[in-house]
Amino acid sequence: MATTILSPARAAVDVHADGPAGDVRLVPRRRPGRWAAAAVVAVLGAMLLNTLVTNDRFEWPTVAHYFTQEAVLKGLWLTLWLTAVTFAAGFVLGIGLAAMRLWGGPLLQAVSFGFVWIVRSVPPLVLLLFWFQLASLYPQLSLGIPFGPAFVTFDTTHLIGALVAAFIALTIDVAAFAAEIVRGGLVSVDPGQTEAARSLGLSPRRIFRRIVLPQAMPAIIPAAGNLLIGLLKSTSLVSVIAVTDLLYSVQLVYNQNFKVMPLLLVATIWYIVITSVLAVGQYFVERRFNRGRRDARPFREILADAARLRPRLPRTASRAGERG
Amino acid sequence: MSAIEVRGLRKSFGGTEVLRGIDLDVAQGEVAIILGPSGSGKSTLLRCINHLERPDAGYVRVNDDLIGYREAGRRGDASVLRELHPRDVARQRRRIGMVFQQFNLFPHFTVLENLAEGQLATGIAPAEAAERGRELLARVGLAGREKSYPSQLSGGQQQRVAIARTLAMRPDVVLFDEPTSALDPELVGEVLAVIRDLAESGMTLVVVTHEIGFARDVADTVVFMDDGRIVETGRPEAIFADAEHPRTREFLAAVR
Repeated sequence: MATTILSPARAAVDVHADGPAGDVRLVPRRRPGRWAAAAVVAVLGAMLLNTLVTNDRFEWPTVAHYFTQEAVLKGLWLTLWLTAVTFAAGFVLGIGLAAMRLWGGPLLQAVSFGFVWIVRSVPPLVLLLFWFQLASLYPQLSLGIPFGPAFVTFDTTHLIGALVAAFIALTIDVAAFAAEIVRGGLVSVDPGQTEAARSLGLSPRRIFRRIVLPQAMPAIIPAAGNLLIGLLKSTSLVSVIAVTDLLYSVQLVYNQNFKVMPLLLVATIWYIVITSVLAVGQYFVERRFNRGRRDARPFREILADAARLRPRLPRTASRAGERG
Repeated sequence: MSAIEVRGLRKSFGGTEVLRGIDLDVAQGEVAIILGPSGSGKSTLLRCINHLERPDAGYVRVNDDLIGYREAGRRGDASVLRELHPRDVARQRRRIGMVFQQFNLFPHFTVLENLAEGQLATGIAPAEAAERGRELLARVGLAGREKSYPSQLSGGQQQRVAIARTLAMRPDVVLFDEPTSALDPELVGEVLAVIRDLAESGMTLVVVTHEIGFARDVADTVVFMDDGRIVETGRPEAIFADAEHPRTREFLAAVR
């Protein structure tokens, strides 16, 4: 195309620009590195698949045999409900701790801070052993008036068996992390939201329930999902105090038949299955709380992207033009 | 009777005194526009009027209601004012609308839900709240956007929804805190038009703004603030033509 440029020196000059002319076809940049990486991964993947199939020591028939055996399923059941119960109790406690930290005044703030600090500093396994051994510190526990008479007295070893110790230790551990997750979510909400709600005359309770909490949830849920999945795996710690969870159940079996690997695989596959179910659940809960957000995307789109192995452009870019 | 009566208002933030004794009266149906350099305490004054900030001294009355406090007898020759429970302050705030610089629409609600939320909190039936919401949307020129989310609207549209949200509560007075300062220049006009429309309908308004032209056209009273004090109050013609105080003249010369 010829463009006419006015120049002060000469009156008008015809410039035959080398710029694009006619129809334009845009070709994306080639990505040879990606293809090379894909080739390497493909080879490694084939090797993995090959060894899984050809190495008889995996003993897949044994895995299949024990996968749905009653002892294993019983252990699985204990793992599931211990996870559920400790998560629920821990989260309730965590919400209380977060509330103390945010609105409790100086004393309760300090208590909440101290609790979170100590519990986060102690490994869950240590916490578990500590509660399991509580009897050596307090052989008896009693209910009564502080510094006064006791009404009932229990033997600590009877009151806090292995399962109760597991429940207490894991709950405390979850509570400390949940407290931080909830607090972080709540403070991430723009203070302008609370001000607008107050100026409309909403009551403090309604502001929390209708305005702040729904907007804190998108920040809380992914972290809470991580916590839940972490907890599911942490429950395997209880095997050290002989609570028959999924891991301890398969250990009991392989201690008798010495098929260690196949039985560990049984437990591993179950953990993967549960984690996957939780992750899908988390996705749907997240979507529920993403109303009005620009980056909310339908599940099939995400699956389609995963299948294409190619990230889409973020929605914000394509939507920007819609702003009126 | 003044719609808004402010007496001896003082407020400090961490040792800096932002309001140094404010007295202000706004009559029923009056449009008071507050001008002044940034940091002069304009926004803080507005936020004290609906008790978003707790004053250190002084009081505010809106339609004779003491805001945020109740009289609790006398001690010596001083009246004792006790702060109300947040629930009761919330009830008072329903009569005092406020529009923010950053709109502060609820992003997880649709436009119509934004307009309904305050009404629902007062126990109005959902159908009625939606009906009133639709009316108000039409009034601010946004009929048909009921189901949009705030993120799908332009700044000017969002601010008009915010104004409608405030009007949904049928307030006695509306406070505007720099309603156009966060907007792209070409969107300022549509928001000012809505505020002008409100002013003409006889509503009591207090507007903090930097839009001098708007102040000249719409204000019944111009209040000039500087350094936590009200320096000068008067009719816009008087203030813009011949301000008494040198600080006012300086400021007006600088922004014009």
